[in-house]
Amino acid sequence: MDNANTSPGDEIRFVVDDAIMTVRDIDPTRTILQYLREDLRYTGTKEGCAEGDCGACTIVLGELDDNEQLRLRAVNSCIQFLPTLDGRQLITVENLSPPGGPLHPVQQAMVDCHGSQCGFCTPGFVMSLFALYKSNSAPTRRDIDDALAGNLCRCTGYRPIIDAARKMYTYGTRAQSWLDHPFQRDARVSHEEQRLVEMLKSLQRNKLFQMDTAGVRFFAPTNLTELARLTAQHPDAQILAGGTDVGLWVTKQLTELNTIIYIGKVCELSRVAVADGYIEIGAGVTLTDAMPILVKHYQELEELFVRFASPPIRNAATLGGNIANGSPIGDSMPALISLGATIVLRNQDKSREIALEDFYIDYQKNDRQPGEVVVKVRIPLPRPEQHVRSYKITKRFDQDISSVCGAFSMTLEDDTVAQIKICYGGVAAIPQRAIACEQALLGKRWSESTVREAMRTLQRDFQPITDMRASSRYRSTVARNLLYKFFLETSGFARLETRVYCHGR
Amino acid sequence: MAADPGSISAVKGGVGERLPHDSAHLHVCGRAFYTDDIPEPRGMLHAAIGQSKVAHARIARLDLNSVLTAPGVVAAMIAEDIPGKNNYGPVLEDDPIFAPGLVQYVGQPVFAVAAESYLQARRAVRRAEIDYEELTPILDIDTAVKANSFVLPSANMQQGNSKQALAKAKHRLQGRVHLGGQDQFYLEGHIALALPQEDGDMLVYSSTQHPGEVQHLVALALNKESKDVVVECRRMGGAFGGKESQPALFAAIAALFAQKTGRAVKLRLDRDDDMIITGKRHDYVIDYDVGFDERGQIQGIEFIFASRCGMSADLSGAVNDRTMFHCDNAYYLGDVNIVSHRCKTNTVSNTAFRGFGGPQGMFAIEHVVDEIARFLGKDPLDVRKVNFYGVGERDVTPYQQKVEDNIIHDIVARLEKSADYAQRRGQIRQFNANSRFLKKGIALTPVKFGISFTATHLNQAGALLNVYTDGTVHLNHGGTEMGQGLFTKVAQVVAEELQIDVDRIKITASDTSKVPNASATAASSGSDLNGKAAQAAARAIKDRLLGFAAGHFDVALEQVIMRNNMVYVGDKSMSFAELTKLAHFNRVSLSATGFYRTPEIHYDRKTFSGRPFFYYAYGAAVAEVIIDTLTGEYRLLRADILHDCGQSLNPAIDLGQIEGGFVQGMGWLTSETLWWNEAGELKTHAPSTYKIPVCSDFPVDFRVKILESGKNREDSIYRSKAVGEPPLMLAISVFHAIKDAIAGVVGYKWSPKLNAPATPEEVLTAVEEIRTRRVDQRRQAG
Repeated sequence: MDNANTSPGDEIRFVVDDAIMTVRDIDPTRTILQYLREDLRYTGTKEGCAEGDCGACTIVLGELDDNEQLRLRAVNSCIQFLPTLDGRQLITVENLSPPGGPLHPVQQAMVDCHGSQCGFCTPGFVMSLFALYKSNSAPTRRDIDDALAGNLCRCTGYRPIIDAARKMYTYGTRAQSWLDHPFQRDARVSHEEQRLVEMLKSLQRNKLFQMDTAGVRFFAPTNLTELARLTAQHPDAQILAGGTDVGLWVTKQLTELNTIIYIGKVCELSRVAVADGYIEIGAGVTLTDAMPILVKHYQELEELFVRFASPPIRNAATLGGNIANGSPIGDSMPALISLGATIVLRNQDKSREIALEDFYIDYQKNDRQPGEVVVKVRIPLPRPEQHVRSYKITKRFDQDISSVCGAFSMTLEDDTVAQIKICYGGVAAIPQRAIACEQALLGKRWSESTVREAMRTLQRDFQPITDMRASSRYRSTVARNLLYKFFLETSGFARLETRVYCHGR
Repeated sequence: MAADPGSISAVKGGVGERLPHDSAHLHVCGRAFYTDDIPEPRGMLHAAIGQSKVAHARIARLDLNSVLTAPGVVAAMIAEDIPGKNNYGPVLEDDPIFAPGLVQYVGQPVFAVAAESYLQARRAVRRAEIDYEELTPILDIDTAVKANSFVLPSANMQQGNSKQALAKAKHRLQGRVHLGGQDQFYLEGHIALALPQEDGDMLVYSSTQHPGEVQHLVALALNKESKDVVVECRRMGGAFGGKESQPALFAAIAALFAQKTGRAVKLRLDRDDDMIITGKRHDYVIDYDVGFDERGQIQGIEFIFASRCGMSADLSGAVNDRTMFHCDNAYYLGDVNIVSHRCKTNTVSNTAFRGFGGPQGMFAIEHVVDEIARFLGKDPLDVRKVNFYGVGERDVTPYQQKVEDNIIHDIVARLEKSADYAQRRGQIRQFNANSRFLKKGIALTPVKFGISFTATHLNQAGALLNVYTDGTVHLNHGGTEMGQGLFTKVAQVVAEELQIDVDRIKITASDTSKVPNASATAASSGSDLNGKAAQAAARAIKDRLLGFAAGHFDVALEQVIMRNNMVYVGDKSMSFAELTKLAHFNRVSLSATGFYRTPEIHYDRKTFSGRPFFYYAYGAAVAEVIIDTLTGEYRLLRADILHDCGQSLNPAIDLGQIEGGFVQGMGWLTSETLWWNEAGELKTHAPSTYKIPVCSDFPVDFRVKILESGKNREDSIYRSKAVGEPPLMLAISVFHAIKDAIAGVVGYKWSPKLNAPATPEEVLTAVEEIRTRRVDQRRQAG
């Protein structure tokens, strides 16, 4: 590859309106939403916040899964850069029904249930419901809550939208197109859908995608070799994975990025495996795809992951990105650190593996060297007698950033603490282990008095700050109480109710 | 051959029908146009606002050179560049469009730019160089009160002799409670699009609840007259009061640039800028002193309300008045003294938000009643009941209006029964006795909300009805559509009056050139006022048509009947369309205006007495919650609501208002926190930091009912009742259920110190405090 090459590079190719669209000469940091509203003049998709938190901009992306089947997922178009659309299908609210024509079952259900008032959030809800419609044939209330966790409505109070999520399956067989068919396990793939699959297949690349327009270089390598070469050539490049944080730098801070390396197409980074006693998750794997395997082995983490952001964010964001970003309030790190996770960093052809906890140095500072990329996360499989818990404490249950996140992993031998790792988010500049507290517990009998003693040591481990999410005092109290809660849940009080999360669901 | 008109079925979409929102089919397809969706004119520019970075300062130097040379910038503007008035304040002229040398809050507009693209404009404003000479800011209510820093004079409402009543009362309690503010968080941010017209005229598309005021203030800023400016708004993507007084700022900036450049200009706020620049619900510090008897009946009360108004008066006068009007809620308070301070702070100017000060007053009295009950060891519901306004006695409010339509006894009795209040309260106590860390709580709270603008002159409305010769109708009125379904309801009124199907009626955008001088769509009054005005217009047309038909066919007037799209004239019948065509050929005017002024209301602000409200809307709710006493987290487990809509114009739409209002109110009192740092910067200015309720916060067990026997005793539009604001206050039940759960931590021996919003942090703080009190008590005892 030639750095002096100033050609605009490749065209972005994707499917929209059932046809292939090609785009060139566009600023690679232009968002899908800007492209839709300003270039295509598809104004159905709305901007409510431009940070992926309100869902008014929700679209559905179609892509090929590992079995070359069409997979549909909702994402926030306001923070996704247009080149990440390459090789995918873009479905917007306009696609669900023809102008003036019959409504899609999702849309009809929203009308019939009085699911819109001001209507501004409605297209986003329709798209999230559509994603649900195409992935679940009989959602429970909890499925509905989860599917809609990324969509804010200020008018209705949600009841009619919840009703619509149930009613949308009742419109029978007046299906107009494949979009109207609800999800059905093992259903035959329609001709229409197969045609889309073929179209998407034709768009897949097996070598580097690159653009150089509007002063921004954008690279999407397809394998580790290409990635290594690019990171060597552009050690200061911004690595882009899900874009759910980098996108905000552009839309909110108006940051001007020069060089972007998108790792979402690197085939080696999109793998999930269990090997050598470890769960291995590639840095390009979305949270949606990482969750099931983590929860399969660590069921106690389910609540954490269900409350981790929202589906449109989890469908884009990666575990690797959450880790590399290293926010003090990132949700995955406390749990992963407590489980003894490691990460593999790669610089050209050199790899190194370090404990995740050693990766973080100070606020927004980590041990990643120029040119290095996080390529995978390795999480040890559960041990016998291992007790694992994680707690996410927020103002609002769903789609909120933790004021405190606490994660605990402990092995008991004869009621004595043989191994323990405690890690908190939200109480220090980085996700951090509570070393003094762990020391106070190690080798001691797992009893109320030991735990009470250890709770007091937490003030040596952390001096949390006060900010808009919580006060220092609250964070300290909750950090202590979470340890106590962990004790309650892993000792003779096991049958005691300690969580409100599942109540009323 | 004429059918018997009596046997004809009703029109489609008449009054009382559960018609979907008129735009629902467009909403769900993304085909409803909001201001940002209007096809953009060629060469349109985008404006962005340069904001103050400090809370209180003189601007020592303002250098826009690097702004002007930024890519794409076409023009910049500061206070001195405004040809007309540098003001968008609705009542006093204390809201400058651009800060004239003095900045008074972080985020205050200092200048603006217009550029070729949205991004260019936003990037350019960040290049400004501003030097500030900082002044000491006042950032909270207590400091403002101490410094006598007020935007308006303090007010005082009195009835009887409160001092004496307090002194004589058997029991007396004093206390203070804090109540946080709330951002409107409409999903569509503020936006305006200005298009220059010939001869210096201006057309502005504005997302506004008050097009007439935008028209007026834009004209003043442009140094033009009202006749030169037209403002139009088809719909807003939510407003909730946030678009009552504030859209004029953004419309004025867009129009000023359009005037200056001769090009169309759009100003669309980014979400963060919107939340930083625009006002919110007022937060309050409330002090009270109450005297009561052994049953908990209030003998006298003194309130001191102090609210954060921010840097200007805006609508704060009326907002704080409404707090005073609603600090009785549904209760007879005896001798009363209410003081209201309207504090000036160096924060954004607070404004209207659903309830308009009423919720804060109601929150205050509900807090006091709950405190009384816990002091006496009684069920708070029993204390609420002994304080309800009587029927025929104990029925005069502190502002001397007699409560004549009181149905709160009936509503509460029905709800108490249908929600199994007593039984569940017992079960909860049992649960709490056996649950160490999780506690449940329950509360029933009533709502009585006064309907009418308290500024009497605002209680008027106009409508315009054009009938075409094919029998279709163009309907326009001064109200605006923000999602509440006003346009649908008014169309239903016209369908009913003219006896034509609602789909024969075109609902059209609010437009200052069609209906002039309209009041803001606010104070829950939209359907009451505009429904009546449209009814008057429809009746004018109808009377003309009936009179014409009677004369033309030579029958008695009583023999002409309109029913279900048909007109029966003696023994003849014809379609409505045929009649309109015939009328036109006979030169009968098919266009009419309608006007309405609310009768019977009068009010003297000097003495705080009169009849400010045409009637009251009532409701009640029961909430049950569970809290985690280790983290302060909680969930709403069940809610039961019974609400009075009179005879509902559209039960589906009214239900949406009830449910939506309840959840919005729950957000206000639970998860929504406005947090400023020590420099006066709002740090909760986006959905990532400001948490409104989401889907899972809506309880699985939710039982809501519109009071079936509801009927407005006043002659409102089809005897319906306003429903926009009152349901918000049903959510006070959630706050008190949380408080009840906290009381369960100490076996209900003391009353928790809970302020609003009851975030998990606030709940845990109250739990810890009440536990400490118990320990102290035991220590003293032991």
